[in-house]
Amino acid sequence: MLERAQVVHVARLARLELQESELERMAGELSSVLDHIERIRELDLTGVEPTGSPAAAPGSDRAPVAMMRPDEPIPGLTREQALAAAPEPVDGAFGVPSPGPAE
Amino acid sequence: MSELTELSAAEAVGRIRAGEISARELFDAYRERAAADELNAYTWVADGAPDEMPDAETPLAGVPVAVKDLFCTEGIPSQAGSRILEGYRPPYTATVVARLQDAGATLLGKTNQDEFAMGSSNENSAFGPVLNPWDRTRVPGGSSGGSAAAVAGGSAPWAIGTDTGGSIRQPAALCGIVGLKPTYGACSRYGMIAFASSLDQAGPFTRDVADAALLFAHMAGRDSRDSTSTGLPGPIEPPRAEDLRGIRLGVPADLLGDEDGVGIDAGVRESFEATLRIAEGLGASIETCALPHAPHALSAYYLIAPAEASANLARYDGVRYGLRVAGDESLEAMYSRTRGEGFGAEVKRRVMLGTYALASGYYDAYYGTALKVRTKIAEDFRAAFAEVDFIVTPTSPTTAFELGAKTADPLAMYLNDYCTVPMSLAGIPAISIPSGLGDGLPIGFQLAGAAFSETRLLDAAHALERAIGFDGSAVRNRTVAQNG
Repeated sequence: MLERAQVVHVARLARLELQESELERMAGELSSVLDHIERIRELDLTGVEPTGSPAAAPGSDRAPVAMMRPDEPIPGLTREQALAAAPEPVDGAFGVPSPGPAE
Repeated sequence: MSELTELSAAEAVGRIRAGEISARELFDAYRERAAADELNAYTWVADGAPDEMPDAETPLAGVPVAVKDLFCTEGIPSQAGSRILEGYRPPYTATVVARLQDAGATLLGKTNQDEFAMGSSNENSAFGPVLNPWDRTRVPGGSSGGSAAAVAGGSAPWAIGTDTGGSIRQPAALCGIVGLKPTYGACSRYGMIAFASSLDQAGPFTRDVADAALLFAHMAGRDSRDSTSTGLPGPIEPPRAEDLRGIRLGVPADLLGDEDGVGIDAGVRESFEATLRIAEGLGASIETCALPHAPHALSAYYLIAPAEASANLARYDGVRYGLRVAGDESLEAMYSRTRGEGFGAEVKRRVMLGTYALASGYYDAYYGTALKVRTKIAEDFRAAFAEVDFIVTPTSPTTAFELGAKTADPLAMYLNDYCTVPMSLAGIPAISIPSGLGDGLPIGFQLAGAAFSETRLLDAAHALERAIGFDGSAVRNRTVAQNG
């Protein structure tokens, strides 16, 4: 069901480098899962609102609580803490390879 | 020493308060067992008890707790079962863990898990599979397999895990212990390495329901750092019920029929039916209830959860923390190589599935449709709870399967979640308690309640647990020498 080209495209969107053997297996595995999942498209869901999260579900009896906190600055991480696990700290920032030429 | 680890956590709290046992000795007894663990349940164990033990008057009196590795614990490895976070030490601690520590809990160790909480067998960990203490050729369930094995194997008095589609309840069932997934929003997700933000919830693993109520009471609460957290409308009372008089239990024929070929094992079904008879003996009435959209819950879940995961896992890119696969090439190549090498096969599958479901042109057909199915499932539960107090199912279609038995077919693995996923989508609480053995392996009974019904749910589970009389102590109390 999924063409190899589609898998390659999705892998690029996901910034996932897949080896050739992984690409082949992935097409089959994803197709098999999608075949099973496809069945929900047969349901009649006309007029049904989507629910992104139980925290904000349409028609639920959960009263929407004002989840906002006061707009006041609170302490965050120090620069040292933020860089503590960095693979390549450079001048107090995160060093990364250059993006390279636009494609 | 071994008698100390035979006490339930609540009993231990009582004895510590009464000055009969020392919290430090209790910690050391468990630490010794955890350090000698042969189930691969831990990825990190404390070197020793804290220099200063919490005061005996705190609610948890210094009793140690094992914590699933995806909870950030400041300065202590928090790797979520993944190579991409190998050795990562966070600069902060998850709210749920901090709350437990404030209540007097001590950190025993971090437990092994399926990578990024994706799995039902703990075979997807970059740090090796976890073994089931009941039979070491079998899986403990997942994704919180380490936490479940630690409690069932007696190396921790209790533990915490997370449940996204069943990852507390299913391992609890396969390991013969209690596992609770609370109402979505009851516990803060701050500091919980994310898999699916609209589904993930922290919860307790314990030997009995009374311990689950005690641990959960000190995990839950509104957190200003998690805007989806609501806390609970009232305190969690210690469960006291001794019968189920007046309680209506709903059995959803839609989930338990065999049309979808889910194949609930005969032994599991038998235990489920036997438990219903016990419930009737306690005064409960058993009714059938309709959950017409529940058979589609698995499909909706395997669109929603991977979609959310593809967004949540985008941060693992080798820039700020974790693995970086270096090279002379561009930034994009670094991202792709890092993620290609750092993520395991199941994680890659789900990131791919999620990316596809959200991709332009497919969004409405897949993700959009799944969100509408989710609405219908939540409606089905609300309608059912107008007629019954709790909905009951077997927790898992099978008992613990052998290592490697389901790894060849992702779909076969996903079907383990068939009975647990609907409650996750609806955001309602559900608990698994051991109901018996099938061929010597534990079987779990699941009770689900309406949103925020935890006190009543725990009470009913407690009454049923007493009547079932399941005893996991033989497996728990095996000494390390006997386990060899």
